[in-house]
Amino acid sequence: MNWMKAITRGLSVNAILLVGSIVSAQAADVQHVVSDKGIEAWLVEEHSLPMIVLKAGWKGGALRDPEGKEGLTMMMTGLLNEGAGEYDSQAFQEKLDDLAIQLNFDANQDDVDVTLKTLTENRDEAVRLLKLALKRARFDPAAIERIRAQMKVNLQRNEQDPRKKAYEAWYDAALPGHPYARPSGGTEESIESITREQLAAAQMHLLGRNNLNVSVVGDITADELKTLLDDIFSELPEVALLGEELDTDVKVGPQTLVSERDNPQSIVVFGGPGLLRDDPDFIPAFVMNYILAGGNFSSRLMIEVREKRGLAYSVGANFYPLDHVGLFLGQVATQNERVEESLDIIKSELALMAEKGVSEEELANAKTYLTGSYPLRFDSNEKIANQLHALQMGGLSIDYVVKRNGLINEVTQDDIARVARRLLHPNELIVSIVGKPVLTSNNSAPAKTEN
Amino acid sequence: MPDQKPSPVLKPVPTSSRFGFYSFVGLIVFAAVVLAYRGWSAEGEAAQEAPIAEPQTSSMSQSFTLDNGLKVVVLPDHRAPVVTHMVWYNVGASDEPEGKSGIAHFLEHLMFKGTHKIAPGELSKIVARNGGQDNAFTSQDYTGYFQRVAKDRLSLVMEMEADRMTNLVLTDAEVLPERDVVLEERRARTDNNPSALLGEQMSALQYPNHPYGIPVIGWPDEIAALTTQDAISFYRAHYSPENAILVVAGDVTMEELRPLAEKYYGVVAPTGDVKPRVRTTPERLSAAQRVVREDARARQPSLSRMYMAPSYHIDHAQGAARELMTNMLGGGATSTLYRRLVVEEQVAAAAGAWYQSGGLDGGRIGVYAVPRPGVALDELEAALDNALADFIATPPEQSQLDRAKSLLLAETIYSRDSQQDMARLFGSTLTSGGTIAEIENWEQEIRNVDLAAIQKAARGAFDLSQSVTGWLQPAPTTPVISEQEEL
Repeated sequence: MNWMKAITRGLSVNAILLVGSIVSAQAADVQHVVSDKGIEAWLVEEHSLPMIVLKAGWKGGALRDPEGKEGLTMMMTGLLNEGAGEYDSQAFQEKLDDLAIQLNFDANQDDVDVTLKTLTENRDEAVRLLKLALKRARFDPAAIERIRAQMKVNLQRNEQDPRKKAYEAWYDAALPGHPYARPSGGTEESIESITREQLAAAQMHLLGRNNLNVSVVGDITADELKTLLDDIFSELPEVALLGEELDTDVKVGPQTLVSERDNPQSIVVFGGPGLLRDDPDFIPAFVMNYILAGGNFSSRLMIEVREKRGLAYSVGANFYPLDHVGLFLGQVATQNERVEESLDIIKSELALMAEKGVSEEELANAKTYLTGSYPLRFDSNEKIANQLHALQMGGLSIDYVVKRNGLINEVTQDDIARVARRLLHPNELIVSIVGKPVLTSNNSAPAKTEN
Repeated sequence: MPDQKPSPVLKPVPTSSRFGFYSFVGLIVFAAVVLAYRGWSAEGEAAQEAPIAEPQTSSMSQSFTLDNGLKVVVLPDHRAPVVTHMVWYNVGASDEPEGKSGIAHFLEHLMFKGTHKIAPGELSKIVARNGGQDNAFTSQDYTGYFQRVAKDRLSLVMEMEADRMTNLVLTDAEVLPERDVVLEERRARTDNNPSALLGEQMSALQYPNHPYGIPVIGWPDEIAALTTQDAISFYRAHYSPENAILVVAGDVTMEELRPLAEKYYGVVAPTGDVKPRVRTTPERLSAAQRVVREDARARQPSLSRMYMAPSYHIDHAQGAARELMTNMLGGGATSTLYRRLVVEEQVAAAAGAWYQSGGLDGGRIGVYAVPRPGVALDELEAALDNALADFIATPPEQSQLDRAKSLLLAETIYSRDSQQDMARLFGSTLTSGGTIAEIENWEQEIRNVDLAAIQKAARGAFDLSQSVTGWLQPAPTTPVISEQEEL
């Protein structure tokens, strides 16, 4: 595919010379398609496999659940492929499975999305079923009760997952009272209270035309896509009703929360304020984080915590630019006796980065990795669709794919030093631990246990 | 394709991810686990060498064998200028010496520690500096290493992978901290996880006298006692070109790959010491087994049962029928178990079945169910038994078979969308006693299965005396939460 080659054409040069951005007219290979009725989509044509992947996303997700109705968006999306039009749940699922059409809706805090994957030969039926789900979802009482029960089971499962509990406690402490700290999967009470009318209303409110983004990759032409876009989306409500502005700040620590659990290993979540996606420092922060704590083996945290000391199987952190707040969040899992040692190392690495930044060589290595590995995200139809979708939901432009490596290459050591000073505050972290950590020193004194 | 991922999830439940920090993972991943060097991967399958005749070409692949015995498979996909480079060894946890459980996986970690040419830990850093990603994985039957790189970096990773096939250097300074890493990995995967502990016990009961009963990652005390010399001995005994398969998928042709393979791998001398695998078929159980795990950390009860079943390697003729039958029984929201237990009788929140089909010595068919709130496990198990009995007794419907075929056949297209999936399919099949021809014929084998074959497969699969049933039950507990401000 020309387009995928375009991203990498710059890569080899970058990887060798470390300079220069991708100069390419190939942005045209991601086509901006506008249907007759004004529905827009990004399209990458790929005709060598007889399949199509469509991803549509709507801004505004579980975050918009009314207070006391937590879980509403998730339950709504869970029901969209559980019966529509003349088909009840089983009939609808059989229609999908008969032709191996994959149709899945998903609810996140900031958005709702749907992924449709089909063989080219079944495209018309796939489109018909997606359209039915969007236009005539049934929300049958039996299906509602089934999903309600599944969500309750899901809640119980989350209760036994130390990682989820650690993150939950972190959010409660860092964003008290904000919708981000509320459970998108609901509570026993909220799930119980959700009604059929509320589910139907949530669909109408969240899935509009003005908050819709569509990406399509595969065996389909732009003209074919135009017809399909109108067919599927043109009858959605013109305007989504998303409600009030929700921008917020992260509470600053230090604060340590311990939830005792009889596990041999503690899960430690640590974090603080990050930055939004449109912050000019976002790319420098992203590069800095790759060196400090990115998931890769080369990160300072991996070397200090895992490779040198064997303290953990995995350790890392990331910047998460949510729609209404930016977060810096990391995690380490380590045996209870060595939690403090791990945390001290992590804090001192954060401090070192904030104080001294990175070496020229580290920055060069980060750039060759980040620019060189970018094409690995684009080597399948499904991955391309996911990438385009992520760009759309992040508010980025259609030519970002071609510009992105240039932005990485522009980052300087001074930029890194600046963002590290701005964003890394090891003594202000909120730390959430689930396990039986042995904590002794002043900066993380033993947990008071209430019984 | 005989690639099975028995990681049942609550199928139509919306994910409960919060910003994607964590995703809804398999409800009960009881199947054999493939451990990754880093990151998480749970897949069930298992492994053996397969003779590849000189040179073969098919619609998907081309292959040949180097003079030193290394088999080479190329899977061209020219959509993106990227390649996935993998080396698979015909050795897994089931080939470990007695009392050394975990050594295969531990060695997999240690393969990143350096050679005569490359300093400890440098290999991954070199791959990263070249814009690549790397990792490795271990199962009961195979061990694999891979890098994903731009096409023009292929020779670099081939050179480094060939180097560590024979030149690995290990010292206590690197080995001992890595042993702690593996113990942390075990705590994270297993010891912290009541479901995983139950699964480990169930496998131990299923295979009382076969290595499949020993966890891939190893028993904790045995891991803690593994030494540098243990790793070196295992490496010398199994790592050699004649015991390995090179699989390269992506933007490369055989014409391009062959000279590179000869240059980098062709010069690796066989150790000459690799002995044929001595494997046994798991013994039949003398009676149905049952394990109930009451765990204060568990909140959500669950029920699962595993039956001994032939893998493709043990009984290829009926493999496709078994795969389709399992799919009809419990492969998704239209399957018999889901329809009966979740939709109609409403005793379960989730239910399904899986077939672990890839093992060198055998496989398993599993069924599972998660109770709806308020439903006791014995009630759920009775409902599951009834549904299973009806499934076996009732002649299957053509429409259900057609649907199962449609789902599996579409997978042959969908998997071709991912060069990694293709490389894994070929690597795992070839290290598990399968052949390229079998992969190529699989689609036809699926098409050929008829209702009589499904019924035969169903009747033969569910012998209770050959099963292990597991219950996970919450035990009463009071969580203690405390909070304090730091000074």
